[in-house]
Amino acid sequence: MSKKAQLYRTFKDKINSYWMLIWLILVVLTPFLIGFGLFYKSSLIFEEHSLTNLLFSTQWKPLAGKFGFYPFIVSSLLITILAVLISGPICLLAAINLTQYAKSFILKIMQPVIDILAGIPSVIYGVWGIIFVVPFISEDIAPLFGIETSGYNIFSAAIVLSIMIIPFILNILIDVFKAIPEALTEAALSLGATHWQTIKKVLLKKAFPGIISAFSLGISRAFGETIAVLMVAGNITKVPTNIFDAGYPLPALIANNYGEMLSVPLYDSALMLAALLLFIIVLIFNLFSRITIARFEKNM
Amino acid sequence: MKKIRKIEEIFFRSMALMSSILIIFALGLIIFSIIKKGFPALSWEMVSQTPKGGFYFGKEGGILNAIVGSLFLATGATFLALIIGLPVALYINVYLIKRVKLVNSIRFLLDVLWGVPSIVYGAFGFAVMIYFGLKTSLLAGIVVVTLFIIPIMVRAMDESLKLVPRGLLESASSLGATKTEIAFRVFLRQSFPALITATLLSFGRAIGDAAAVMFTAGFTDSIPQSLGQQSATLPLSIFFQLSSPIEEVKNRAYAAALVLTVIILIISILSRFLTKRFKKNIIKF
Repeated sequence: MSKKAQLYRTFKDKINSYWMLIWLILVVLTPFLIGFGLFYKSSLIFEEHSLTNLLFSTQWKPLAGKFGFYPFIVSSLLITILAVLISGPICLLAAINLTQYAKSFILKIMQPVIDILAGIPSVIYGVWGIIFVVPFISEDIAPLFGIETSGYNIFSAAIVLSIMIIPFILNILIDVFKAIPEALTEAALSLGATHWQTIKKVLLKKAFPGIISAFSLGISRAFGETIAVLMVAGNITKVPTNIFDAGYPLPALIANNYGEMLSVPLYDSALMLAALLLFIIVLIFNLFSRITIARFEKNM
Repeated sequence: MKKIRKIEEIFFRSMALMSSILIIFALGLIIFSIIKKGFPALSWEMVSQTPKGGFYFGKEGGILNAIVGSLFLATGATFLALIIGLPVALYINVYLIKRVKLVNSIRFLLDVLWGVPSIVYGAFGFAVMIYFGLKTSLLAGIVVVTLFIIPIMVRAMDESLKLVPRGLLESASSLGATKTEIAFRVFLRQSFPALITATLLSFGRAIGDAAAVMFTAGFTDSIPQSLGQQSATLPLSIFFQLSSPIEEVKNRAYAAALVLTVIILIISILSRFLTKRFKKNIIKF
């Protein structure tokens, strides 16, 4: 090879490494840019309202300059917690089944099922919620409790969400259970424990941090979900008192009002604050989940 | 005592099995509901025409604007994300391979970024657009969706690139290959099937996203002719039509939902098929 060609190759390598580095830096900077941008846009509202007032006031009247996020935060929390309560045990049992008991044919079906569940767009879940869950709740479930409801409520939203977060929780749980050394479970089995006792006393105990991590990832997913929840939650600005009440979660608030926010003073600032809150809450749960799982893997 | 243990074993064993079946059943139920509601309303007119006058009151027309808009948007965003994401994934795995701590923190950050809801990206994009006085457009939609799918794409690619054996890098190095050559000739080729899967996964995310494009791409009844125009998208078209009180319009939303579901299923099957096909190009160890 000539010297010129050699030089050209090294030169090309240098150039490439520079622009690739620049792109890496840009990608890494995005979350900080988002956080800063949202904070900048929402900072205006702090000149007139205190943070505690914004978070704990129940009054949401943008035209009167009242921005209390409390009803939306409560709705979001209720829907998210309920969704994880429904989804969590099912995922836990399914993960136990898949890693401890299942024959390989169920495993083979399950992987594509999880992938497709993760791939279905949010809006399709919303449509399904309207077609199936809403009538099911209003016609079959609510009458059992002697309650009349349109079906557009917190419970419906939680059911739809609980299915949407299955792939995220289940995938992590499967990895967690697979990471636990077989020697441990085999030792328990050889001591005469039944399969379930081994799972209960050894596996679940060992996997506990991993399970917590999976659930908090589920929470962070559920908290930010927008369109599907918006379609079935009912969207009434009121602090919900039970799960058959309509709710109005934070993401739905942003999605429903961005059109008119420019015509009312401070409205855009308030909605950007809602987005910032969402960003921070999701980040916290996500961070917690990732740190727990990283620690768990290190200990294995 | 023994009996109780046996009952407990059988009980939990069947509960565990039931949970797996329940999850499969849920997916079946979702797809079945969408087909059952959507199929009767589906017609050739629906997928081949743009909305005509009075479309949103149940008159003639179709959702071609949304189908084409979504394809434009998802293709554009996937293309941009690929241009940025692939080099980043390669850089992490080839150039930074010795800096384990740094790479781990980058992975950690990307994982966290993956979890940021699309509406936050949408709101951020909207804030930036207002700041610069920009209007909603196909281009703005593409840019925001690109930001949204980059972490997904990079992490998915990274997961396969990190499985490329270290020996391959070392032997290429010892033959005198530069890092660029190792990245684009060896690593790229070795993980090609997984890179395709990652790209299709991102495409699926892009086409199904509603919250980010709601703020940035706008909505229109015509097919966008340039990047500066607004663009309709399938998820939003479904969402808007479904909020109508008119039965006809609602039915068309179900049909549109079926179209979107079919697109997503095709992507999923395609990625499985392509992965199998390209596997033969890989050097096995």
